[in-house]
Amino acid sequence: MAVNLADAFLELIRRASTDLPPDVCAAIEKARRREAAGSPARSVFGQIQENIKLAREKSTPICQDTGTNIYNINLPIDMPHAIVEKAILTATKRAVKKSYLRPNAVDSVTGANSGDNTGVGQPQIHFHQWKKKHMEVSLMLKGGGCENVGRQYALPNAELGAGRDLEGVRRAVIDAIQKAQGLGCAPGCLGIGIGGDRGSCFLLSKEQFLRPLDDVNPDPILRKLENRLQKELNQLGIGPMGFGGRTTVLSTKIGKMHRLPASFFVSVSYMCWAFRKARMTVRGEKVTHGY
Amino acid sequence: MAIRIDLPVDAKVIRKLRVGDEVRLYGNVITARDMAHKYMVEERPDWLRPLLENNVIYHCGPVMKRTGKKWSAVAAGPTTSAREEPYQGTVISEYKVRAVIGKGGMGPKTLKALKKEGAVYLHAVGGLATVLAEAIKEVEAVHKLEEFGVPEAFWVFRVEDFPAIVSMDSHGKSLHAAIRKDSLEAAEKLIHG
Ligand code: SF4
Repeated sequence: MAVNLADAFLELIRRASTDLPPDVCAAIEKARRREAAGSPARSVFGQIQENIKLAREKSTPICQDTGTNIYNINLPIDMPHAIVEKAILTATKRAVKKSYLRPNAVDSVTGANSGDNTGVGQPQIHFHQWKKKHMEVSLMLKGGGCENVGRQYALPNAELGAGRDLEGVRRAVIDAIQKAQGLGCAPGCLGIGIGGDRGSCFLLSKEQFLRPLDDVNPDPILRKLENRLQKELNQLGIGPMGFGGRTTVLSTKIGKMHRLPASFFVSVSYMCWAFRKARMTVRGEKVTHGY
Repeated sequence: MAIRIDLPVDAKVIRKLRVGDEVRLYGNVITARDMAHKYMVEERPDWLRPLLENNVIYHCGPVMKRTGKKWSAVAAGPTTSAREEPYQGTVISEYKVRAVIGKGGMGPKTLKALKKEGAVYLHAVGGLATVLAEAIKEVEAVHKLEEFGVPEAFWVFRVEDFPAIVSMDSHGKSLHAAIRKDSLEAAEKLIHG
Protein backbone atom coordinates (compact mmCIF):
# COMPACT_ATOMS: atom_id res chain seq x y z
CA MET A 1 0.00 0.00 0.00
CA ALA A 2 1.38 3.35 -1.01
CA VAL A 3 -0.39 5.30 1.72
CA ASN A 4 1.77 5.72 4.76
CA LEU A 5 -0.91 5.56 7.43
CA ALA A 6 1.35 6.77 10.23
CA ASP A 7 2.18 9.91 8.22
CA ALA A 8 -1.50 10.49 7.57
CA PHE A 9 -2.30 10.17 11.28
CA LEU A 10 0.57 12.46 12.22
CA GLU A 11 -0.87 15.17 9.98
CA LEU A 12 -4.30 14.58 11.52
CA ILE A 13 -2.82 15.05 14.99
CA ARG A 14 -0.93 18.18 13.92
CA ARG A 15 -4.12 19.74 12.59
CA ALA A 16 -6.19 18.80 15.60
CA SER A 17 -3.65 20.15 18.07
CA THR A 18 -2.51 23.35 16.38
CA ASP A 19 -5.71 24.79 14.93
CA LEU A 20 -9.39 25.10 15.72
CA PRO A 21 -12.13 24.11 13.27
CA PRO A 22 -14.10 26.84 11.45
CA ASP A 23 -17.35 26.23 13.36
CA VAL A 24 -15.59 26.80 16.69
CA CYS A 25 -13.76 29.91 15.42
CA ALA A 26 -17.06 31.34 14.17
CA ALA A 27 -18.74 30.73 17.54
CA ILE A 28 -15.87 32.44 19.36
CA GLU A 29 -16.03 35.49 17.07
CA LYS A 30 -19.79 35.74 17.56
CA ALA A 31 -19.31 35.55 21.32
CA ARG A 32 -16.60 38.22 21.30
CA ARG A 33 -18.90 40.65 19.53
CA ARG A 34 -21.63 40.04 22.10
CA GLU A 35 -19.46 41.20 25.00
CA ALA A 36 -19.31 44.85 26.01
CA ALA A 37 -16.40 46.85 24.60
CA GLY A 38 -13.61 47.23 27.15
CA SER A 39 -14.90 44.39 29.38
CA PRO A 40 -12.53 41.67 30.68
CA ALA A 41 -14.73 39.17 28.82
CA ARG A 42 -14.13 40.84 25.49
CA SER A 43 -10.41 41.07 26.16
CA VAL A 44 -10.31 37.33 26.98
CA PHE A 45 -11.90 36.52 23.62
CA GLY A 46 -9.38 38.79 21.90
CA GLN A 47 -6.50 36.96 23.60
CA ILE A 48 -8.03 33.62 22.62
CA GLN A 49 -8.22 34.66 18.98
CA GLU A 50 -4.64 35.92 19.03
CA ASN A 51 -3.60 32.55 20.44
CA ILE A 52 -5.43 30.63 17.72
CA LYS A 53 -3.80 32.72 15.01
CA LEU A 54 -0.33 32.35 16.47
CA ALA A 55 -0.69 28.59 17.02
CA ARG A 56 -1.86 28.13 13.44
CA GLU A 57 1.05 30.14 12.04
CA LYS A 58 3.68 28.42 14.14
CA SER A 59 2.13 24.93 14.15
CA THR A 60 2.31 24.80 17.95
CA PRO A 61 -0.40 23.42 20.27
CA ILE A 62 -3.44 25.66 20.85
CA CYS A 63 -3.31 24.54 24.49
CA GLN A 64 -0.55 22.73 26.33
CA ASP A 65 -2.99 20.13 27.61
CA THR A 66 -3.31 18.09 24.45
CA GLY A 67 -5.85 15.97 26.25
CA THR A 68 -7.22 12.50 25.87
CA ASN A 69 -6.86 11.68 22.19
CA ILE A 70 -10.24 10.28 21.21
CA TYR A 71 -10.48 8.57 17.84
CA ASN A 72 -13.73 7.53 16.21
CA ILE A 73 -12.99 5.39 13.19
CA ASN A 74 -15.31 3.98 10.56
CA LEU A 75 -13.52 1.08 9.00
CA PRO A 76 -14.13 -0.97 5.83
CA ILE A 77 -14.73 -4.64 6.53
CA ASP A 78 -11.46 -5.81 4.98
CA MET A 79 -9.28 -3.42 6.99
CA PRO A 80 -7.74 -4.93 10.15
CA HIS A 81 -7.98 -2.93 13.38
CA ALA A 82 -4.45 -3.88 14.32
CA ILE A 83 -2.87 -2.08 11.35
CA VAL A 84 -4.74 1.13 12.07
CA GLU A 85 -3.98 0.94 15.76
CA LYS A 86 -0.29 0.47 15.10
CA ALA A 87 -0.23 3.47 12.78
CA ILE A 88 -1.94 5.60 15.44
CA LEU A 89 0.57 4.59 18.11
CA THR A 90 3.51 5.32 15.81
CA ALA A 91 2.04 8.69 14.84
CA THR A 92 1.31 9.53 18.50
CA LYS A 93 4.91 8.93 19.55
CA ARG A 94 6.19 10.97 16.64
CA ALA A 95 3.75 13.76 17.47
CA VAL A 96 5.20 13.93 21.00
CA LYS A 97 8.72 14.27 19.57
CA LYS A 98 7.49 17.07 17.35
CA SER A 99 5.74 18.71 20.32
CA TYR A 100 2.29 18.53 18.73
CA LEU A 101 1.28 16.45 21.75
CA ARG A 102 2.39 16.48 25.36
CA PRO A 103 3.33 13.19 27.07
CA ASN A 104 -0.02 12.90 28.76
CA ALA A 105 -0.31 9.30 29.95
CA VAL A 106 0.29 8.80 33.66
CA ASP A 107 0.18 5.45 35.46
CA SER A 108 -2.73 5.81 37.87
CA VAL A 109 -1.00 3.85 40.63
CA THR A 110 2.70 4.71 40.39
CA GLY A 111 2.25 8.22 38.96
CA ALA A 112 4.91 7.50 36.33
CA ASN A 113 4.52 9.26 33.00
CA SER A 114 4.94 6.86 30.06
CA GLY A 115 6.80 9.65 28.27
CA ASP A 116 5.30 9.10 24.82
CA ASN A 117 1.60 9.79 25.38
CA THR A 118 0.64 6.15 24.99
CA GLY A 119 -0.60 3.82 27.69
CA VAL A 120 -3.65 1.87 28.76
CA GLY A 121 -6.58 3.80 27.29
CA GLN A 122 -4.48 6.55 25.72
CA PRO A 123 -5.07 7.10 22.87
CA GLN A 124 -8.72 6.12 23.12
CA ILE A 125 -9.80 4.40 19.92
CA HIS A 126 -13.38 3.53 18.98
CA PHE A 127 -13.68 1.33 15.91
CA HIS A 128 -16.92 0.94 14.00
CA GLN A 129 -17.01 -1.32 10.99
CA TRP A 130 -19.05 -0.16 8.04
CA LYS A 131 -19.96 -1.31 4.55
CA LYS A 132 -18.24 1.52 2.69
CA LYS A 133 -14.88 1.09 0.99
CA HIS A 134 -13.08 4.00 2.62
CA MET A 135 -11.94 4.75 6.16
CA GLU A 136 -13.17 7.82 7.99
CA VAL A 137 -11.42 9.06 11.10
CA SER A 138 -12.34 11.78 13.54
CA LEU A 139 -9.94 12.87 16.26
CA MET A 140 -10.83 15.00 19.23
CA LEU A 141 -8.42 16.25 21.91
CA LYS A 142 -10.31 16.41 25.18
CA GLY A 143 -8.55 18.45 27.85
CA GLY A 144 -8.43 17.42 31.49
CA GLY A 145 -9.51 20.70 33.06
CA CYS A 146 -12.84 20.65 31.28
CA GLU A 147 -13.23 16.90 31.74
CA ASN A 148 -13.03 17.45 35.49
CA VAL A 149 -16.13 19.67 35.50
CA GLY A 150 -18.30 17.08 33.72
CA ARG A 151 -21.10 15.66 35.86
CA GLN A 152 -23.57 12.83 35.96
CA TYR A 153 -26.98 12.88 37.64
CA ALA A 154 -29.18 9.95 38.59
CA LEU A 155 -32.68 11.38 38.55
CA PRO A 156 -34.73 12.03 40.57
CA ASN A 157 -32.65 14.54 42.48
CA ALA A 158 -34.48 15.92 45.49
CA GLU A 159 -32.19 18.89 46.07
CA LEU A 160 -32.83 20.22 42.57
CA GLY A 161 -36.44 19.12 42.54
CA ALA A 162 -35.46 17.34 39.35
CA GLY A 163 -37.77 14.49 38.34
CA ARG A 164 -37.45 11.88 35.60
CA ASP A 165 -38.49 14.13 32.75
CA LEU A 166 -37.09 16.86 30.49
CA GLU A 167 -37.65 19.49 33.16
CA GLY A 168 -35.46 17.37 35.43
CA VAL A 169 -32.80 17.24 32.72
CA ARG A 170 -32.95 21.02 32.35
CA ARG A 171 -32.44 21.53 36.08
CA ALA A 172 -29.54 19.09 36.20
CA VAL A 173 -27.74 20.83 33.33
CA ILE A 174 -28.16 24.29 34.88
CA ASP A 175 -26.79 22.94 38.15
CA ALA A 176 -23.79 21.36 36.39
CA ILE A 177 -22.83 24.55 34.57
CA GLN A 178 -23.27 26.73 37.63
CA LYS A 179 -20.97 24.37 39.54
CA ALA A 180 -18.46 24.31 36.66
CA GLN A 181 -17.99 28.12 36.84
CA GLY A 182 -15.04 29.10 34.63
CA LEU A 183 -13.02 26.05 35.71
CA GLY A 184 -13.31 24.18 32.43
CA CYS A 185 -11.90 27.16 30.50
CA ALA A 186 -15.29 28.67 29.76
CA PRO A 187 -17.06 29.28 27.49
CA GLY A 188 -17.81 25.62 27.06
CA CYS A 189 -19.44 23.50 24.40
CA LEU A 190 -21.81 21.07 26.06
CA GLY A 191 -22.51 17.46 25.19
CA ILE A 192 -25.46 16.06 27.11
CA GLY A 193 -26.59 12.45 27.22
CA ILE A 194 -29.95 11.23 28.51
CA GLY A 195 -30.58 7.56 29.34
CA GLY A 196 -28.44 4.41 29.07
CA ASP A 197 -26.38 3.20 32.00
CA ARG A 198 -23.69 5.31 33.66
CA GLY A 199 -21.03 4.32 31.15
CA SER A 200 -23.02 4.52 27.93
CA CYS A 201 -24.63 7.78 29.04
CA PHE A 202 -21.26 9.50 29.36
CA LEU A 203 -20.18 8.11 26.00
CA LEU A 204 -23.37 9.44 24.44
CA SER A 205 -22.68 12.88 25.87
CA LYS A 206 -19.18 12.79 24.30
CA GLU A 207 -20.61 11.71 20.96
CA GLN A 208 -22.50 15.00 20.83
CA PHE A 209 -19.11 16.66 20.34
CA LEU A 210 -18.91 15.04 16.92
CA ARG A 211 -21.83 17.20 15.75
CA PRO A 212 -20.97 20.48 14.00
CA LEU A 213 -21.67 23.40 16.36
CA ASP A 214 -24.18 24.93 13.97
CA ASP A 215 -26.17 21.77 13.19
CA VAL A 216 -29.84 21.37 14.05
CA ASN A 217 -31.04 18.49 16.20
CA PRO A 218 -33.45 16.42 14.06
CA ASP A 219 -35.47 15.61 17.18
CA PRO A 220 -37.79 18.61 17.69
CA ILE A 221 -38.17 18.01 21.44
CA LEU A 222 -34.44 17.86 22.06
CA ARG A 223 -33.89 20.81 19.72
CA LYS A 224 -36.27 22.91 21.78
CA LEU A 225 -34.49 21.98 25.01
CA GLU A 226 -31.08 22.70 23.45
CA ASN A 227 -32.22 26.18 22.43
CA ARG A 228 -33.79 26.93 25.77
CA LEU A 229 -30.76 25.76 27.76
CA GLN A 230 -28.38 27.66 25.52
CA LYS A 231 -30.25 30.88 26.31
CA GLU A 232 -30.68 30.19 30.01
CA LEU A 233 -27.11 29.07 30.66
CA ASN A 234 -25.86 32.32 29.21
CA GLN A 235 -27.95 34.15 31.78
CA LEU A 236 -25.77 32.71 34.55
CA GLY A 237 -23.23 35.48 33.92
CA ILE A 238 -20.19 33.27 34.46
CA GLY A 239 -18.54 34.42 31.23
CA PRO A 240 -15.23 33.46 29.64
CA MET A 241 -12.80 32.10 32.25
CA GLY A 242 -15.40 32.86 34.90
CA PHE A 243 -14.59 36.60 34.80
CA GLY A 244 -18.26 37.42 34.23
CA GLY A 245 -19.93 38.09 30.87
CA ARG A 246 -22.67 37.23 28.45
CA THR A 247 -21.26 34.00 27.06
CA THR A 248 -20.96 31.04 29.41
CA VAL A 249 -21.58 28.32 26.82
CA LEU A 250 -20.95 28.35 23.07
CA SER A 251 -23.18 25.40 22.22
CA THR A 252 -25.58 22.90 23.80
CA LYS A 253 -26.10 19.48 22.17
CA ILE A 254 -28.32 16.73 23.54
CA GLY A 255 -28.65 13.06 22.62
CA LYS A 256 -30.90 10.37 24.06
CA MET A 257 -30.84 6.60 24.32
CA HIS A 258 -33.08 3.97 25.90
CA ARG A 259 -32.77 3.37 29.60
CA LEU A 260 -33.83 0.74 32.07
CA PRO A 261 -37.13 1.44 33.78
CA ALA A 262 -35.19 1.67 37.04
CA SER A 263 -32.64 4.35 36.01
CA PHE A 264 -32.63 7.82 34.52
CA PHE A 265 -29.15 9.22 33.94
CA VAL A 266 -28.17 12.63 32.67
CA SER A 267 -24.53 13.16 31.75
CA VAL A 268 -23.04 16.56 31.08
CA SER A 269 -19.70 16.64 29.29
CA TYR A 270 -17.90 19.95 29.04
CA MET A 271 -15.57 20.89 26.21
CA CYS A 272 -13.45 23.99 26.77
CA TRP A 273 -13.21 26.81 24.20
CA ALA A 274 -10.10 25.01 22.86
CA PHE A 275 -12.37 22.53 21.11
CA ARG A 276 -9.85 20.64 18.99
CA LYS A 277 -11.16 18.21 16.43
CA ALA A 278 -10.13 17.15 12.95
CA ARG A 279 -11.16 14.58 10.37
CA MET A 280 -9.46 12.43 7.80
CA THR A 281 -10.66 10.20 4.98
CA VAL A 282 -8.52 7.46 3.47
CA ARG A 283 -9.88 6.27 0.14
CA GLY A 284 -7.54 3.87 -1.62
CA GLU A 285 -4.33 5.87 -2.04
CA LYS A 286 -5.96 9.19 -1.37
CA VAL A 287 -5.83 10.87 2.03
CA THR A 288 -7.97 13.96 2.69
CA HIS A 289 -7.66 16.02 5.85
CA GLY A 290 -10.34 18.38 7.05
CA TYR A 291 -12.57 19.29 10.02
CA MET B 1 -3.50 50.02 32.02
CA ALA B 2 -1.56 46.96 33.03
CA ILE B 3 0.73 47.23 36.06
CA ARG B 4 4.32 46.10 35.60
CA ILE B 5 5.60 43.73 38.28
CA ASP B 6 9.31 42.96 38.42
CA LEU B 7 10.33 39.74 40.16
CA PRO B 8 11.35 39.04 42.87
CA VAL B 9 8.81 41.36 44.45
CA ASP B 10 8.07 42.78 47.92
CA ALA B 11 4.91 42.07 49.87
CA LYS B 12 4.48 45.86 50.00
CA VAL B 13 4.08 46.08 46.22
CA ILE B 14 1.76 43.10 46.18
CA ARG B 15 -0.47 44.59 48.90
CA LYS B 16 -1.28 47.46 46.53
CA LEU B 17 -2.88 45.16 43.99
CA ARG B 18 -6.67 44.79 43.91
CA VAL B 19 -9.07 42.33 42.32
CA GLY B 20 -9.55 43.25 38.64
CA ASP B 21 -6.09 44.79 38.15
CA GLU B 22 -4.28 43.71 35.00
CA VAL B 23 -0.58 42.95 35.46
CA ARG B 24 2.42 42.13 33.30
CA LEU B 25 5.17 40.06 34.90
CA TYR B 26 8.92 40.39 34.31
CA GLY B 27 11.42 37.98 35.89
CA ASN B 28 11.43 34.36 36.98
CA VAL B 29 8.37 32.20 37.57
CA ILE B 30 8.52 28.56 38.70
CA THR B 31 6.03 25.98 37.47
CA ALA B 32 4.52 23.56 39.97
CA ARG B 33 1.66 21.13 39.57
CA ASP B 34 0.15 18.30 41.62
CA MET B 35 3.29 16.26 42.26
CA ALA B 36 5.33 19.36 43.01
CA HIS B 37 2.80 20.64 45.55
CA LYS B 38 2.52 17.30 47.28
CA TYR B 39 6.32 17.16 47.43
CA MET B 40 6.63 20.71 48.79
CA VAL B 41 4.16 20.07 51.60
CA GLU B 42 5.23 16.53 52.51
CA GLU B 43 9.01 16.96 52.25
CA ARG B 44 9.48 20.73 52.70
CA PRO B 45 12.73 20.76 50.69
CA ASP B 46 15.13 23.57 51.60
CA TRP B 47 16.75 23.79 48.19
CA LEU B 48 13.55 25.39 46.89
CA ARG B 49 13.57 28.29 49.36
CA PRO B 50 15.86 30.66 47.44
CA LEU B 51 13.96 29.93 44.23
CA LEU B 52 10.53 30.65 45.66
CA GLU B 53 11.06 33.44 48.18
CA ASN B 54 9.34 36.62 46.95
CA ASN B 55 8.74 34.89 43.66
CA VAL B 56 5.88 33.41 41.71
CA ILE B 57 4.52 29.88 41.34
CA TYR B 58 2.89 29.07 38.02
CA HIS B 59 0.33 26.25 37.78
CA CYS B 60 1.37 24.99 34.40
CA GLY B 61 2.27 21.69 32.75
CA PRO B 62 4.12 22.88 29.68
CA VAL B 63 4.93 21.24 26.38
CA MET B 64 8.74 21.57 26.12
CA LYS B 65 11.17 21.08 23.33
CA ARG B 66 14.83 20.28 23.58
CA THR B 67 17.24 21.39 20.88
CA GLY B 68 20.69 20.09 21.78
CA LYS B 69 20.99 20.95 25.49
CA LYS B 70 18.63 23.88 25.35
CA TRP B 71 15.01 23.70 26.43
CA SER B 72 12.30 25.97 25.14
CA ALA B 73 8.60 26.21 25.96
CA VAL B 74 6.34 25.29 23.08
CA ALA B 75 3.04 25.65 24.89
CA ALA B 76 2.69 26.92 28.43
CA GLY B 77 -0.79 27.97 29.50
CA PRO B 78 -2.14 27.74 33.05
CA THR B 79 -3.74 24.60 34.45
CA THR B 80 -6.63 24.31 36.93
CA SER B 81 -5.53 25.65 40.30
CA ALA B 82 -8.30 24.16 42.43
CA ARG B 83 -6.41 20.86 42.59
CA GLU B 84 -3.70 22.54 44.69
CA GLU B 85 -6.14 24.04 47.20
CA PRO B 86 -5.24 21.52 49.94
CA TYR B 87 -1.54 22.50 49.64
CA GLN B 88 -1.37 26.08 48.44
CA GLY B 89 -1.81 27.99 51.69
CA THR B 90 0.95 25.99 53.36
CA VAL B 91 3.27 26.45 50.38
CA ILE B 92 2.70 30.23 50.32
CA SER B 93 3.46 30.58 54.04
CA GLU B 94 6.34 28.12 54.12
CA TYR B 95 8.19 29.50 51.08
CA LYS B 96 7.08 33.19 51.18
CA VAL B 97 5.60 33.01 47.70
CA ARG B 98 4.22 36.38 46.52
CA ALA B 99 1.93 35.27 43.73
CA VAL B 100 0.38 32.18 42.28
CA ILE B 101 -0.61 32.14 38.61
CA GLY B 102 -3.22 29.67 37.44
CA LYS B 103 -6.75 29.41 36.22
CA GLY B 104 -10.13 28.98 37.82
CA GLY B 105 -9.20 30.59 41.13
CA MET B 106 -8.74 28.96 44.51
CA GLY B 107 -10.65 28.51 47.75
CA PRO B 108 -10.88 30.07 51.21
CA LYS B 109 -7.73 28.44 52.61
CA THR B 110 -5.60 30.05 49.91
CA LEU B 111 -7.43 33.38 50.22
CA LYS B 112 -6.60 33.40 53.93
CA ALA B 113 -2.92 32.72 53.25
CA LEU B 114 -2.81 35.49 50.61
CA LYS B 115 -4.12 37.95 53.19
CA LYS B 116 -1.81 36.79 55.95
CA GLU B 117 1.38 36.68 53.90
CA GLY B 118 0.80 39.49 51.41
CA ALA B 119 0.34 37.58 48.19
CA VAL B 120 -2.08 37.48 45.24
CA TYR B 121 -3.66 34.98 42.91
CA LEU B 122 -3.20 35.87 39.26
CA HIS B 123 -5.51 34.46 36.64
CA ALA B 124 -4.08 33.78 33.21
CA VAL B 125 -6.38 32.87 30.36
CA GLY B 126 -6.64 29.08 30.25
CA GLY B 127 -5.52 27.40 27.07
CA LEU B 128 -3.54 30.44 25.96
CA ALA B 129 -0.57 28.20 25.40
CA THR B 130 1.12 29.77 22.42
CA VAL B 131 0.66 33.39 23.43
CA LEU B 132 2.02 32.67 26.91
CA ALA B 133 4.89 30.57 25.55
CA GLU B 134 5.90 33.66 23.56
CA ALA B 135 6.21 35.56 26.85
CA ILE B 136 8.70 32.96 28.12
CA LYS B 137 12.04 34.25 26.99
CA GLU B 138 14.35 31.72 28.56
CA VAL B 139 14.26 28.42 30.38
CA GLU B 140 16.64 29.12 33.28
CA ALA B 141 16.56 25.68 34.89
CA VAL B 142 14.54 22.56 35.49
CA HIS B 143 14.30 20.45 38.67
CA LYS B 144 12.92 16.96 39.28
CA LEU B 145 12.54 16.33 35.56
CA GLU B 146 13.48 12.65 35.72
CA GLU B 147 11.29 11.88 38.66
CA PHE B 148 8.17 13.92 37.82
CA GLY B 149 8.19 14.02 34.00
CA VAL B 150 7.87 17.04 31.72
CA PRO B 151 4.45 18.40 32.75
CA GLU B 152 5.04 18.02 36.50
CA ALA B 153 8.67 19.14 36.83
CA PHE B 154 9.72 22.48 38.37
CA TRP B 155 10.56 24.65 35.34
CA VAL B 156 12.17 28.01 35.98
CA PHE B 157 11.02 30.41 33.27
CA ARG B 158 12.26 33.94 32.70
CA VAL B 159 9.24 35.83 31.44
CA GLU B 160 8.65 39.23 29.91
CA ASP B 161 5.33 40.97 29.50
CA PHE B 162 3.44 37.96 30.85
CA PRO B 163 -0.28 38.92 31.05
CA ALA B 164 -2.61 38.02 33.92
CA ILE B 165 -5.36 39.56 36.01
CA VAL B 166 -5.61 39.73 39.79
CA SER B 167 -8.64 37.63 40.69
CA MET B 168 -7.85 37.16 44.41
CA ASP B 169 -6.05 39.86 46.34
CA SER B 170 -4.36 40.24 49.72
CA HIS B 171 -7.36 42.06 51.18
CA GLY B 172 -9.67 39.06 51.27
CA LYS B 173 -11.43 39.77 47.97
CA SER B 174 -12.09 37.06 45.38
CA LEU B 175 -13.63 37.66 41.97
CA HIS B 176 -14.44 33.95 41.85
CA ALA B 177 -16.45 34.07 45.06
CA ALA B 178 -18.47 37.02 43.72
CA ILE B 179 -19.25 35.37 40.36
CA ARG B 180 -20.09 32.11 42.12
CA LYS B 181 -22.58 33.86 44.37
CA ASP B 182 -24.29 35.77 41.53
CA SER B 183 -24.45 32.75 39.24
CA LEU B 184 -25.89 30.64 42.05
CA GLU B 185 -28.68 33.16 42.52
CA ALA B 186 -29.36 33.17 38.78
CA ALA B 187 -29.35 29.34 38.67
CA GLU B 188 -31.75 29.08 41.60
CA LYS B 189 -34.13 31.43 39.86
CA LEU B 190 -33.96 29.35 36.67
CA ILE B 191 -34.39 26.10 38.56
CA HIS B 192 -36.98 26.95 41.19
CA GLY B 193 -38.64 29.89 39.46
S1 SF4 C 1 -9.67 23.02 29.78
FE1 SF4 C 1 -9.09 23.11 27.62
S2 SF4 C 1 -8.24 25.15 27.26
FE2 SF4 C 1 -8.32 24.76 29.44
S3 SF4 C 1 -6.29 24.01 29.95
FE3 SF4 C 1 -7.61 22.22 29.62
S4 SF4 C 1 -7.39 21.73 27.46
FE4 SF4 C 1 -6.58 23.76 27.74
